[in-house]
Amino acid sequence: MDAAIGDGRLTVADLQGSPRRRRKEALIRRLLFGAGALSIVINVLIVVTLFDGTVDFLSSVDLSTLWTDGWFPRRNQFDVRTIVAGTLLVSAIAMVVAAPLGLGAAMYLSEYASPRSRRALKPILEVLAGIPSVVMGFFALTWISPNIMQRFWDATAFNVGAAGIGVGILITPLVASVAEDAMFAVPRSLREAAYGLGAKKRHTTIRIVFPAAVSGIVAALILGLSRAIGETLVVAIAAGGTGGSLFSLDPTQPGQTMTAAMTALATGSDQVKGASEAFPSLFFVGTLLFLMTLSLNVVSERFVRRVRKRY
Amino acid sequence: MARRGALAGDLTASEIVRRRLTGRQADVLGRAFEALLLSALLVALVILVTLLVDIFRDAVPVLSDRGVDFLTSNVSSLPERAGVRQGIQGSLTIVVFVAILAFPLGVGAAIYLEEYARDTRMTRAINANIRNLAGVPSIVYGLLGIAIFVQFGGLSGITGGRSVVSAGLTMSILVLPIVVITAAEAIRAVPDGIREAGYGVGATRWEVVRSHVLPYAAPGILTGTVLTMARAFGEAAPLILIGAATGFLSTGSGGFFEQLRGAYTALPIQVYDFATRNLREFQNSTAAAIVVLLVILLLVNAVAIVLRNRYERRW
Repeated sequence: MDAAIGDGRLTVADLQGSPRRRRKEALIRRLLFGAGALSIVINVLIVVTLFDGTVDFLSSVDLSTLWTDGWFPRRNQFDVRTIVAGTLLVSAIAMVVAAPLGLGAAMYLSEYASPRSRRALKPILEVLAGIPSVVMGFFALTWISPNIMQRFWDATAFNVGAAGIGVGILITPLVASVAEDAMFAVPRSLREAAYGLGAKKRHTTIRIVFPAAVSGIVAALILGLSRAIGETLVVAIAAGGTGGSLFSLDPTQPGQTMTAAMTALATGSDQVKGASEAFPSLFFVGTLLFLMTLSLNVVSERFVRRVRKRY
Repeated sequence: MARRGALAGDLTASEIVRRRLTGRQADVLGRAFEALLLSALLVALVILVTLLVDIFRDAVPVLSDRGVDFLTSNVSSLPERAGVRQGIQGSLTIVVFVAILAFPLGVGAAIYLEEYARDTRMTRAINANIRNLAGVPSIVYGLLGIAIFVQFGGLSGITGGRSVVSAGLTMSILVLPIVVITAAEAIRAVPDGIREAGYGVGATRWEVVRSHVLPYAAPGILTGTVLTMARAFGEAAPLILIGAATGFLSTGSGGFFEQLRGAYTALPIQVYDFATRNLREFQNSTAAAIVVLLVILLLVNAVAIVLRNRYERRW
């Protein structure tokens, strides 16, 4: 300031404020950047951890044990097919439940509900989304299994079907909310053009709004699938795969998923302490899980971006 | 509406036009389609009600017989003596860790991304990383927790291995991306005019953030954070991996720090533990523990709703 008064000219330095203020600003900027960059560090740590453990595991076991007739870590049988098939079976059942429920709810909320009924109906999904998965696991075991699986099919008390339905209910709010966002983003003018040509509401919804929002809807389904694959506790409680499992694709029987295999390795019957041979298999399964969900998330991200670009 | 068409008896004009256009047919299929869509929501409602009723019915015997005793009892292998005191304590400790660690780090990252970062390759990398982390299954974070905080060679010297400290740190990492995403959304919703007013009077970036952006984004950030804490409270998968105790547990001797580094359990872990024991004996205790868990989550969510209603602004 003095300089400016001194020779009558204003320099850049005069407008920058005091050096102390600038130093503080730079320090805060660096701190905040550190907080942001932490995510990269975490991601790198996850990848390194998983990779390291997987290499440990693959170098210590006989590779033929990865393709035998069942997942029995205590007997050194690590059949990948068994747990991947179990995971896909649970996820498929979950999608059969979540896709119609989630998309139907999304379509109703976005196209049919008045603002008032929307306010009344939306909390159903929000409360459902807040139910912890351990609670859904208990519900799947004590209610879905006896009242649905055992009533309509000849199912055992612990079965993959009940777990799949439980997971499906759990991911329904996610599917509904992403799909609703996609349909809500379809411009009004498209609907009005359809009405202007005399289309009925039903036709407008199915033939105009649905195709226009289809990439967002696909993204919702993929995201739901990714969540279903990573869902742990419902399966760990209700599918009953502790102690290992043979290869099976029967939803009325107990089965094992990747996530349930991991919890079984960490607790209960398959418990393995730090030094055991089976312990690194945790990291191997974790890596498979990570890669599957990562690729699904990347694909769904692509689809979401396509919607955003268009409108 | 009181004016009636003279020609058509007691029909209104708009009704006449509508009938002419629709050819006097009610759109039955359209109604059926609407009902079908609505039924998706109603099925969700029925499921939700069934779930709550089923659990409450199972929980009533334990809660009415034992009442507060269930809340203050320790872990036990006998269903009539098992309680959730240590679980509540462990879960609350974990949530405190999340509040101290994930909250400031997450909001800081969000401020950086929304207010400071230019569109560089680094920024895009951070954004992509955060979205990716938000999609990683929670059980994988348990593996990360094992490697960093539990296993010998990591930070186990500080955390004490399978301890509530390890659990709290792991859970903080797990919810961090969610905090960043919700906080960034809240910050983005603050209109630029607010910022420009600050810059116009010569404030630095941080001064604008602190005095202009954060106060207006606070309700959104707080609501999001409270909901994140609810998530941390109910999450069990990573805790199973990093060894929450399910059997014997010391009943709380030793100093504060010793307890933090010792064996622990958490409320959702107790639910899992009860549910995977002999279910016939433990079914009612499991349901009672779930009721406790749900009531706590309900309280947390109520706080979030109150915060939102109290401070929400519309621009």
